[in-house]
Amino acid sequence: MSAVSLTVNGKAVTADIDPRTLLVQYLRENLRLTGTHVGCDTSQCGACVVHLDGEAIKACTVLAVQCDGRSVTTIEGLASGGELHPMQAAFREHHGLQCGYCTPGMIMTAVDLVRRKGNSLDEHTIRDELEGNICRCTGYHNIVKAIAAGAENMAAEPQKVAAE
Amino acid sequence: MTATGIGASVRRKEDQRFITGKGRYVDDYNRPGQAHASFLRSPHAHATIRAIDTSAAAGMPGVVGILTGEDLAADKVGGLICGWMIHSKDGTPMKAGAHPALAQGKVRYVGDHVAVVIAETLAQAKDAAEAITVDYDVLPAVVETAKAAGAGTVVHDVAPDNTVFNWHLGNQADVEAAFARAAHVTTLDIVNNRLVPNPIEPRAAVGEYDEAEEAFTLYTTSQNPHVARLVLSAFIGIAPENKLRVVAPDVGGGFGSKIFIYAEETVCVWAAKKVGRPVKWTSDRTEAFLCDAHGRDHVTHAELAMDEGGKILALKVHTIANLGAYLSTFSSSVPTYLYAPLLSGQYNIPAIYCEVDGVYTNTAPVDAYRGAGRPEATFVIERLVEVAARELNQDPAKFRRKNYVKSFPHQTPVIMMYDGGDYSASLDKALEIADHKGFPRRRRESARNGKLRGIGFSSYIEACGIAPSQAVGSLGAGVGLWESAEVRVNPTGSIEVLTGSHSHGQGHETTFAQLVSDRLGVPIESVTIVHGDTDKVQFGMGTYGSRSGAVGMSAIAKAIDKVVAKGRKVAAYALEAGEDDIEFKDGRFSVAGTDKSLAFGEVALQAYVAHKFSGAQLEPGLKEGAFYDPTNFTFPAGMHICELEIDPDTGVVTIERFTAVDDFGNVINPMIVEGQVHGGIAQGVGQALFEGALYDSDGQLVTASFMDYRMPRAADLPSFEVGMTVTPCPSNPLGIKGCGEAGAIAAPAAVMNALTDALGHENIAMPATPLAVWRAAQGSPHLRPEAAE
Amino acid sequence: MYAFAYHQPTSLKEAVSLLAGEDAKLVAGGHTLIPTMKQRLAAPGTLIDLGKVPDLVGIERSPRSITIGAMTTHGAVADSADVKEAIPALAELAALIGDPAVRHRGTIGGSVANNDPAADYPAACLALGATISTNKRKLTAEEYFTGLFETALEEGEIVTGVSFPIPHKAAYEKFRNPASRYALVGVFVAKRPSDIRVTVTGAGSNGVFRWTEAEEALAKRFSAKSLEGMSPSASGLNSDIHADADYRAHLIGVMARRAVQKAADR
Repeated sequence: MSAVSLTVNGKAVTADIDPRTLLVQYLRENLRLTGTHVGCDTSQCGACVVHLDGEAIKACTVLAVQCDGRSVTTIEGLASGGELHPMQAAFREHHGLQCGYCTPGMIMTAVDLVRRKGNSLDEHTIRDELEGNICRCTGYHNIVKAIAAGAENMAAEPQKVAAE
Repeated sequence: MTATGIGASVRRKEDQRFITGKGRYVDDYNRPGQAHASFLRSPHAHATIRAIDTSAAAGMPGVVGILTGEDLAADKVGGLICGWMIHSKDGTPMKAGAHPALAQGKVRYVGDHVAVVIAETLAQAKDAAEAITVDYDVLPAVVETAKAAGAGTVVHDVAPDNTVFNWHLGNQADVEAAFARAAHVTTLDIVNNRLVPNPIEPRAAVGEYDEAEEAFTLYTTSQNPHVARLVLSAFIGIAPENKLRVVAPDVGGGFGSKIFIYAEETVCVWAAKKVGRPVKWTSDRTEAFLCDAHGRDHVTHAELAMDEGGKILALKVHTIANLGAYLSTFSSSVPTYLYAPLLSGQYNIPAIYCEVDGVYTNTAPVDAYRGAGRPEATFVIERLVEVAARELNQDPAKFRRKNYVKSFPHQTPVIMMYDGGDYSASLDKALEIADHKGFPRRRRESARNGKLRGIGFSSYIEACGIAPSQAVGSLGAGVGLWESAEVRVNPTGSIEVLTGSHSHGQGHETTFAQLVSDRLGVPIESVTIVHGDTDKVQFGMGTYGSRSGAVGMSAIAKAIDKVVAKGRKVAAYALEAGEDDIEFKDGRFSVAGTDKSLAFGEVALQAYVAHKFSGAQLEPGLKEGAFYDPTNFTFPAGMHICELEIDPDTGVVTIERFTAVDDFGNVINPMIVEGQVHGGIAQGVGQALFEGALYDSDGQLVTASFMDYRMPRAADLPSFEVGMTVTPCPSNPLGIKGCGEAGAIAAPAAVMNALTDALGHENIAMPATPLAVWRAAQGSPHLRPEAAE
Repeated sequence: MYAFAYHQPTSLKEAVSLLAGEDAKLVAGGHTLIPTMKQRLAAPGTLIDLGKVPDLVGIERSPRSITIGAMTTHGAVADSADVKEAIPALAELAALIGDPAVRHRGTIGGSVANNDPAADYPAACLALGATISTNKRKLTAEEYFTGLFETALEEGEIVTGVSFPIPHKAAYEKFRNPASRYALVGVFVAKRPSDIRVTVTGAGSNGVFRWTEAEEALAKRFSAKSLEGMSPSASGLNSDIHADADYRAHLIGVMARRAVQKAADR
């Protein structure tokens, strides 16, 4: 067993865990944060994307012990004060989800995309940047629209972005 | 139309939990004391099992129990079933081999279930599964669809030549006569590639046994929990229905693959009692590739006969359908009654004859995948029609228009009675949206850049709203295909609607609430849709075949009518008027010609307090149920147009435009309907260009992960141009036809017609990967400079 | 995943001493190793995480080279202003590895230590004449990459960084495996002060290699036209469901011409 201390959604957590525990297992099974999903075994589907020190990563390909001393944000930590993050709101407004399973990873990826590429995103950029997120329901059409709109709204509501 | 009523693009009620990570999928459920299951799977496609030694594994840390097919047999647990009986031409019933949930004596495909290990943790279960030794006698594998019949190796003894059925539909003599007088015959050999459904949520199950109640609960990723309970009770024999609860909570996509009753959930619920612990299993992606029922896998020879002017006279089709190693729950219906009756497409074809040979192979079971039979049929007729038009030097759009069914009702020679539609209207609209007129210019521009551009059409039709129970019963279905609903109005006017439909992405919590809000004039927020739990909903047939709108909502509409009728009685007493004088409009019951009225909620309260009528006059309460059995299939139809560009240097295909114009009848929520179209198109494009499950000659699945099986990604697709035409469905009270499968049905033919148009020849099969397209481009007449337009 | 012991050393020296343990394996970004362990195809007894070893992260620019610390992520390389300016082809290559989330974890050190035949970095190392630094020595790319998943690394040797000489011009063109998105064919073209190099990844059955015929043709004239109609022999190239050897050979020609064109346009 290995000791691990990290911050998850702003709260300090510590645990003594089997080193083979993946971050996604730790989040889902130990912390019961089940919004982060597992959709494949090969780091491709992106259902498990969370932020590690603010950067999007695949929680199925990182050991929890590797995150010792670091800060993790999951989909559950994105909304602040009961109010949706602009990207979450945009996914609802533009019907960017159907079954909802890939959605948390999509939203976390989208927020990271805005951090890196700014608030004005063209369709080509968004589609390229979704390389690591697979959706089987939407054909991506409305996800692309949602991300473009969410990115713009994040510029209009900077305080929420800072809160993340 | 109100802001939340029928026809409004209401934002989805269910989204709040999904976008905040609060969705509750099966793997999110953890039961007290739960143990974890890992299945030991066959590494061989075909082998007899001489012996299984579990002794070493049983002593491994954390092991709670190890169960094999012998234990199943000892407990007299029944095998998995196929619920649709198909008879061969000679009248003999299909040859269904036994399908135990854990192998008994033989394994028949890679991934077949040999044993289950239940342990404290999943890692321990996996460790122990590796310690089980199985003595296999490996047999040759039957893999290829076209060569399975009479392959020499026998998959099931009941089918000595591996043929499950030789089925047919239509009139052979009429067809032969028509071919004899045809001026032109177009012939095609078609492979409809095998697909893996791949909903992003893998299947999962948690089985639980309550000793005090002597009752089981199964949490499972199902599109139809009641059907699962019925099969687990009546055929597999887990427990009577009143002692078995099946819960399908949030389900992360299905596309058909979660209709079926699989080995894993059967084992989890059975084993829960056996080991005295809740048992949880969650598929990983590789297991999903190996064991989720696959889709399609047809090899077809088809011929179309025409007169001098290009009028279609007859269609003749012979298909070999790979059913895999076992008959999955609805597998036999897919290449038969869900396939051949759609071969007429949108066309007036006087004579059709179709033969289908269903075969066993040592591959995963094949069953319904989005569209189920109808994409295969559409691909046959739409490729044939396109090629016929080319061979006759006729414009493909005009050729189609000439042959369209134009008057309704129209009886095809293959069962279906089309009840309404306007195919030319969809064609016209699609041509306009796709800027068909501008295509020659765009093609010249591509040629200047060294690219090949093509355009392709697909006039699809599907039979949805599955299905009239009596009709499907006469065709071999084991169940009726009605739907049930219950509308429970609470004393304060809030409403629960219990439905047998199941939502796994379709947005029922919103669209069904829109119907209720619209009909009863209550705010949409006060309507809750309850589904997916056999303890809550009395019965239901579930969601597949684009049936939830046409059948599921029709049942709700019927129950609403009963609620209104009862409300009218209550209002009559409360308003001291005659029942015949009570009108219901915009959420108010009023006395005709007066200003006396009560809001719907006030009438609900009156129904429950029951102060204004006696028990002899009226039963208190306001709760009504209904079963709705459709009177016909519904026939969504439309025109999809694909325009694409090939880079002949690399074989890379870029979809430049994709236009879909669909007639789904009346639409409850256009936003959701368009979303269904988008998703379907992506899967159809995936089939045409990217996806193909491939087994090697030993029966090993070569494409067993996303590393080898190409899923459509965002950058592979354009934004789609979607339009609609509306001819209300005459066969159900809401005029709904269904929209869930259209894209997957229409798109493959549209893409392949565009691709072959670009190439200038027909010699390419799905999936048209870059390698295949590059090869095909070498033989393109369009690549000679003089051929450039 | 099988059980293992886990260590997070805080110095290179400590990492080296831990590496002497039985079945010990280093993990950098872990984006090859962890998926392999999940599938139970790798079973290290001890995992040594380099995440807390100092001085392995960073990008340094000197007049003639760019030096990248072993634990620097692909994302950091792709976004680095110095790399973009000095060797834009290298930034572009890094931006084509995996996807954004993978690039936030995957590292250059992990990539070159693993030497996957479909990885991108080996093509850049060989084309640019990179020097691979370890805790023990410096190796040229030619010395370092020895075959399929094989390198010249010895027991107890840890990659600490890679130094890329700045070329006159360079470009990388990648044809992705349609499913895995690894390189089906990746061609790196570098016009260096001393010579021209064309390297190919993803295609060779023995890992990354130099396409010398193309180099010779480009030495005469650095233009895509010099490679017109050229492709290497298909023998010795990989063949799988996504691409047979002929197609790979053809794609090498196409990608090389496109890379030369892109480099020439810089």
